Amino acid sequence: MSASPLLSVSQLRVHFPVRGGVMLRQTGAVRAVDGVTLDIGPGETLGLVGESGCGKSTLGKAVVRLLKPTSGSIHFRDIDITRVDQRSLRPLRRDFQMIFQDPAESLDPRMSVRSIIEEPFIIHGLGTRAERVQWVDGLLDRVGLPASAAERYSFEFSGGQRQRIGIARALALKPKLIVCDEPVSALDVSIQSQILNLLVELQQDFGLSYLFIAHDLSVVKHISDRVAVMYLGKIVEVATAEMIYRDPRHAYTKALLSAIPSPDPQARRAKILLEGDVPSPLDPPPGSAFGHRMGHPRYPETIGLDLALRKIAPGHQVAADPCCLTREDWEKLRTAHAGEAVDEMI
Amino acid sequence: MTGVTHNILEVDKLITSFETDRGLLRAVDQVSFVVPEGKTVGIVGESGCGKSVTAMSIVRLLPQPAGKILGGRVMFKGRDLVHASDAEIRRIRGGEIGVIFQEPMSALNPVHRIGRQVAEVFRIHRKITKKDAWDAATEMLKLVRIPAPEMRMMDYPHHLSGGMRQRIVIALALACRPSLVIADEPTTALDVTVQAQILDLMARLQSEMKMSIILITHDLGVIAETCDEVVVMYGGRVVERAGAEELFAHPLHAYTRGLLHSIPTLEKPPKSILSTIPGMVASLADHVHGCRFCQRMGRSSGITRDRPGFAEVSPGHWVETCPECYQP
Repeated sequence: MSASPLLSVSQLRVHFPVRGGVMLRQTGAVRAVDGVTLDIGPGETLGLVGESGCGKSTLGKAVVRLLKPTSGSIHFRDIDITRVDQRSLRPLRRDFQMIFQDPAESLDPRMSVRSIIEEPFIIHGLGTRAERVQWVDGLLDRVGLPASAAERYSFEFSGGQRQRIGIARALALKPKLIVCDEPVSALDVSIQSQILNLLVELQQDFGLSYLFIAHDLSVVKHISDRVAVMYLGKIVEVATAEMIYRDPRHAYTKALLSAIPSPDPQARRAKILLEGDVPSPLDPPPGSAFGHRMGHPRYPETIGLDLALRKIAPGHQVAADPCCLTREDWEKLRTAHAGEAVDEMI
Repeated sequence: MTGVTHNILEVDKLITSFETDRGLLRAVDQVSFVVPEGKTVGIVGESGCGKSVTAMSIVRLLPQPAGKILGGRVMFKGRDLVHASDAEIRRIRGGEIGVIFQEPMSALNPVHRIGRQVAEVFRIHRKITKKDAWDAATEMLKLVRIPAPEMRMMDYPHHLSGGMRQRIVIALALACRPSLVIADEPTTALDVTVQAQILDLMARLQSEMKMSIILITHDLGVIAETCDEVVVMYGGRVVERAGAEELFAHPLHAYTRGLLHSIPTLEKPPKSILSTIPGMVASLADHVHGCRFCQRMGRSSGITRDRPGFAEVSPGHWVETCPECYQP
């Protein structure tokens, strides 16, 4: 992965101002994404998991510049897209697309399926009318929809078929990266597996990279090469999918994994039950957010401590947080790195 | 069989239909199952399979005037709820049968304080003084493990997180110590860690209060973790019914197998091709008399044949015996 990554995000912050009072002065900020560093290689799927409100969707939108980052940088194929204005961004957008959770909301009900899928070509001034007709038919076929679907409207389709339309639209410009924001969470299980299979096939055929955002850890494990776990605006652990499930190091990852109900009554696992809820990103605790939630005795130590990701094993990084690591892991990190943060990814 | 297991609820050939512009739609089509005392029965299926309508038919909370129970019996402690008077069903609902709804925000009234809403249950069902009802409500909040219950009583629903709100809805459902609780997707709107808390809470309260639970969910993981018996529904019908361990170990109906195989699990190799069920859940409007799952699979033989029978093929294991879909 040390070859140049397709997408490289560094110290990204997205804060939303909160205004109040008579003058609507800014009274605070929701720190939705608070210092995230990550890379996605060509042809790779990075899964992003976390609970609602942890900032994963905001991160996904910021990465494709649907939201303006507050600080930090986003490089796409070594081009800095962090502060590029919308006009200059347009030609670059061909390379990164997005699939949304609710295809009913993200497809215009007044447009035929053909015009929905054709629109990206028109915006980018590609092809003649006849060519575009051909391309749309090809895309419909590729995502498993009949050619007759083109002249119908999105609301005539079921949830799974609508998601196929959304995928066809995202594929239209032959992007390099697709941000998938909860693409299967609104679907029934039997339909979910159809869409997951399609995404895997498309990735192999076109060499796509995915940033795959979901709250369902089994789904993320299934589709990802590497998985990043997010908690309250920060990434707390990144590792290969196999490793993060076999050998999670961060207490939050462990709790999250143990909470997944297993579809096997023989294998009822012991659960790590968390108390309380995710703290508000409006007023995050100054130290370790998860240590705070657990009421960990070492929480006071983490105030002012650099909780950046550090390498704990090859291909495995975890936040250097004494509240959330075993004693051995914490000692290992402390001695190995003695203060310096590792910011280059493995 | 050792001892006599009492069934607290017996649903027998229940038929529920909705009047729509396109005619009468049969959402629940001769559904039968039983709920043994103190056990949890899960009803699982995809959207539109009739699982929620089945549950709401039991307590007669169907959308009016469209929803109608057209046949069958729902025997609860010897009484047929289908033919109970409105007054009687109101006494039972919220009293002997508690209901937990999916979306806690819409199950709670946004303009009343939590305390008033919980106390109201006691006022209606127990006819006790305001003061006593308030105290009983505070107790309930303590029971569902809400921190600082006295303070929370004064909060409005929007002050609470999703998990806390669902605890309040559970408190409402359990207030009168019901012997049966119907939980319709109680954790679907919640995050996994909160889901684990709520399922744990329900299991603990179940053993403390000795109640039976009907748990409706689309999540086979939740079923496997919490249920003693499982009812699998498809197209308004029960296609398979068995003890949880038996069902997961020996699924006999093609639909149950399809569902089990299509979920990605932590054990399956990454990016492997998942098995799928082709097509989509059939619309209720395309009613067929024959096998509904054959309809989805596009097997004309099964559609034109008579409706498959429902037989007990091994003790406690019932399956719809369509020659194509029943795979022993």
